[in-house]
Amino acid sequence: MASRQNLSHAFEIQGGDFGKAGCVSLEIKEILRDLGIDPAIVRRTAIAAYEAEMNVVMYADSATVMLRLNPQGIKIALDDKGPGIHDIELAMQEGYSTATDQMREMGFGAGMGLPNIKRNADLFELKSTIGKGTSYKIFIDLGSEEKT
Amino acid sequence: MTLSEVAKLLEAEVICGEQYLDQELEFAGASDLMSDLLAFGQPGILLLTGLANTQSVRTAEIIDAKCVVYVRGRRPSQDGLELAEKSKMPILSTKFLMYKACGLLYSRGIRVTGDR
Ligand SMILES: Nc1ncnc2c1ncn2[C@@H]1O[C@H](COP(=O)(O)OP(=O)(O)OP(=O)(O)O)[C@@H](O)[C@H]1O
Ligand SMILES: [Mg+2]
Repeated sequence: MASRQNLSHAFEIQGGDFGKAGCVSLEIKEILRDLGIDPAIVRRTAIAAYEAEMNVVMYADSATVMLRLNPQGIKIALDDKGPGIHDIELAMQEGYSTATDQMREMGFGAGMGLPNIKRNADLFELKSTIGKGTSYKIFIDLGSEEKT
Repeated sequence: MTLSEVAKLLEAEVICGEQYLDQELEFAGASDLMSDLLAFGQPGILLLTGLANTQSVRTAEIIDAKCVVYVRGRRPSQDGLELAEKSKMPILSTKFLMYKACGLLYSRGIRVTGDR
């Protein structure tokens, strides 16, 4: 597992670009899978990343994503430029969504994304500044027991 | 039941991934809501959906689905098809409506994972 030590990758997401929505998460998934990481952990990481990526596509202007891997775990730090989230506690509730009809037609906007990130991550930190942007910090433990 | 038996049962057209249809299938999930599939979909399921956009293939790939079945005769977008081929995800298209497609699979013992 030598190749697994201290890997780091940067990605960019363009807001509003539904054509590419999910591509960064699929790339992250492929990187982790190729490293031989447990498929259940790869899947949890991919789901959390995808939910965050879809939110950037739907609500923000752009974002940078850093994927970092060390023997303890997988870290995904996503920082977007965008409107920010007014009430984080409310946004974290299942069912809360400001999605447009167009987003709903694409199968999104059920208000399940943020709670789903929390469910899949071992640590999830969400911070936001109104008018500036939102930052997502997602950590998946590689040392711990399987999370269901 | 194998995926090719599923194709026969649903009288489905195999859009891509013919060579992967010998896999055994135990579980399925159905929704047009990607949010629900991401929250409740289990790995290894067959995914039935009426939403034939690229996002449905990306979502299937993210949740480790085994196969995508489009109901109501829907067909994937070009991008969706390319991603499915690249990621070895078989895609079937059935003329049956969602209810009938699910009912047929359920009656042949294809279940949901967990108790929901
Ligand atoms: N990066 C972001 N920038 C601005 N607002 C955001 C961002 N991420 C989430 N939000 C706000 O938080 C709400 C809840 O997000 P969440 O991901 O839980 O649900 P959703 O995206 O609306 O629907 P789903 O994720 O089920 O498709 C969003 O509707 C939006 O108002
Ligand atoms: Mg969301």
